[in-house]
Amino acid sequence: MPSRVYLDHNAAVPLRAEARDAIAAALGIGANPSSVHAPGRAARAIIEHARKRIASLAGVAPESIVFTSGATEANSLALKGASVARRLVSAVEHVSVPEATDVEQIPVDGRGIVDLEALARMLDRTIPALVSVMAANNETGVIQPIAEVARIAHDAGALVHCDAAQAPGRIALAPIVAVCDLVSLSSPKVGGPQGSGALIVRAGVDLKPQIMGGGQERRLRGGTENLSGIAGFGAAADAVMADASVARVTALRDRLEADARILAPEAIVIGADAPRLANTSALALPGIPAESQILSLDLAGIAVGAGAACSSGKIGRSHVLAAMGVPEDVAAATIRVSLGATTTDADVDAFLAAWSALRARARANRSAVGGFGREVA
Amino acid sequence: MGIYLDHHATTPLDPRAYDAMKPWLTERFGNPHSESHMLGRSAAEAVESARAQVAALIGADPREIIFTSGATEANNLAIIGAARFLKGTKHRVVTIATEHKCVLESARSLEDEGFEVVTVGVQPNGLVDMAALDRAITDDTAVVTVMAANNEIGVLQPLAEIAGLARSRGALVHSDAAQAAGKIPLDVTNVDTMSISSHKMYGPMGVGALYVRRRPRVRLQPLFHGGGQERGLRSGTLPVALCVGFGAACAVAREDLAAEAERVARLRDRLASRITAAIPGARINGAGAPRLPGNLNIALPGVDAIQLIEAVPEVALSAGSACTSAEVAPSYVLMALGLDEATARASLRFGVGRFNTEADIDRAGALIAAAAQRLKGEARVA
Repeated sequence: MPSRVYLDHNAAVPLRAEARDAIAAALGIGANPSSVHAPGRAARAIIEHARKRIASLAGVAPESIVFTSGATEANSLALKGASVARRLVSAVEHVSVPEATDVEQIPVDGRGIVDLEALARMLDRTIPALVSVMAANNETGVIQPIAEVARIAHDAGALVHCDAAQAPGRIALAPIVAVCDLVSLSSPKVGGPQGSGALIVRAGVDLKPQIMGGGQERRLRGGTENLSGIAGFGAAADAVMADASVARVTALRDRLEADARILAPEAIVIGADAPRLANTSALALPGIPAESQILSLDLAGIAVGAGAACSSGKIGRSHVLAAMGVPEDVAAATIRVSLGATTTDADVDAFLAAWSALRARARANRSAVGGFGREVA
Repeated sequence: MGIYLDHHATTPLDPRAYDAMKPWLTERFGNPHSESHMLGRSAAEAVESARAQVAALIGADPREIIFTSGATEANNLAIIGAARFLKGTKHRVVTIATEHKCVLESARSLEDEGFEVVTVGVQPNGLVDMAALDRAITDDTAVVTVMAANNEIGVLQPLAEIAGLARSRGALVHSDAAQAAGKIPLDVTNVDTMSISSHKMYGPMGVGALYVRRRPRVRLQPLFHGGGQERGLRSGTLPVALCVGFGAACAVAREDLAAEAERVARLRDRLASRITAAIPGARINGAGAPRLPGNLNIALPGVDAIQLIEAVPEVALSAGSACTSAEVAPSYVLMALGLDEATARASLRFGVGRFNTEADIDRAGALIAAAAQRLKGEARVA
């Protein structure tokens, strides 16, 4: 039985109809885009069309787009491929950034926003550096001041990389790309297919390829292109530009948080004081472990996230919440609710009903054993 | 309707693979790493059953299959990953001259990291020079990488013998089986790591796999980190639809591998005889060596391969690797066989495949023969 209510859009966005059609068409081509015969040229045309669409979303020349297998690979290419001696990354980056190579961490404040003064102090113009700060956090939705980050970094002669996987369709991408040297994008996060992503590389930035072969993608990324993945990514990028659901999603998310606080006065919205993505709510229900909440919600047919959906799926302690100084017990009681263009009022109602019911059960259970019992979902 | 005879470059998607993918392109979706809800878990199950299908094709354990974005990434991971893991203890990487570009470039990149890269030559028939390989593999060798089947001349290398040599000196054996998987039986007992490409065997582009031996365990340093998917060897969200399509393609290939190989070889031989009968002096490159059933690389003396391809737009074929299609240099694979530049430039690569019919072959053979005769005539007049 599929989940009836899907509120985990930061992990995966349902494939857009436009992407589905583009994928189907591309899967029917059956030729290698590097082949010079007619079907090969047709495959090449699909890739270059998609490249233009993504370039248009990002406000750059098509030549700046390097297709990869996803944002993780794009982040790795940026972090490992840049010819720098130091890599400074914010403490709330997606794991693919700090784990790509040896990095130094830039702290964030209690709202989850990168500490600009610390960044300025850390930089030293005599040592070539790369500064990597994400556009918006995948767990909390907190939006980073990329323009300021870029100004400080560039003033110190450093390169700037931004993991903008969560940005398109939620906040304007072009202004971010305009001030950065390298920007990572993810196809599935914009309603395109999995297995596709891109690194935007500003002209003149020297990058060493991490996957070699064939000479594809201007020698920056070898391997036969993922034709259907790229076609779908391009179509999704195009659809994102026309998507006007942000205002509606903002209203839905704000209502969800307001109602949640009424239903549960002890509930905490993480990063509430920071500018946030319209669709994301990191919601803590102190005293009830996230695992129990997620299990109850799943049984009720409601899909939410437990922070980042990665690795073994185990619910570990979130490095993002820890970096923000969120107390461990609050972090352990935080779930991630992320809405999307297809989310309805009824979805939010269903979530609130199930969520307050699980809270009531946990509280009843606790009082039944004299206030010291463990929560049972 | 054109005739597609370029199955080394890529293969059309098998309708059965597409059918398996369809649900994942329509009503089903989910991040296979989201274990917190039903959608994520069912996506994970689909990926695992695809992994089992890939494993079954090559006689591996599903836990030995690492999904990648394709064979290029798999080759990079195997060669660079093995060398980096052994850095400081071993200092040499051995490969052969006719390997795919991505293998040669991966190996060459290790020179910057302190490795000595030895490229062993091949005999005129394309088979590796075993005596030279014997000399090249030392106790200091980290990995020996030799392809299962060549992408231009289809020549099958003797992996068992190569593995014997490498293992006697404690070196790992990697094989790029992108062209071989799904076309001929493969035995992973001869290798420690092996790359497979989905789109070379009627699955979708954008996915491939690396076989990584468990017993004894092969250790690799990942190319990229984060998320820790694929047992930590390959981070990043897996593309569910592509994995499922790849798995289905493996299951289809496994179903009647022997019969299909025989049918394709018969068509290939038919094409070869049509062309050699019409063009005096036509010579098959890699003749005398075991080859892939669908491969025909043939030199037509006095004919410029590029001109001929342009003269026969009804037939999709190539003059060599698709990756190097735009290059002006003659095929380094053919040059490694000892061909002169003129013969290399007069060579055509045909790849016969699953959906080709006898009628396709006869028509293509006639078109190629006529065009070749015309071009030779023009060359004589000029």
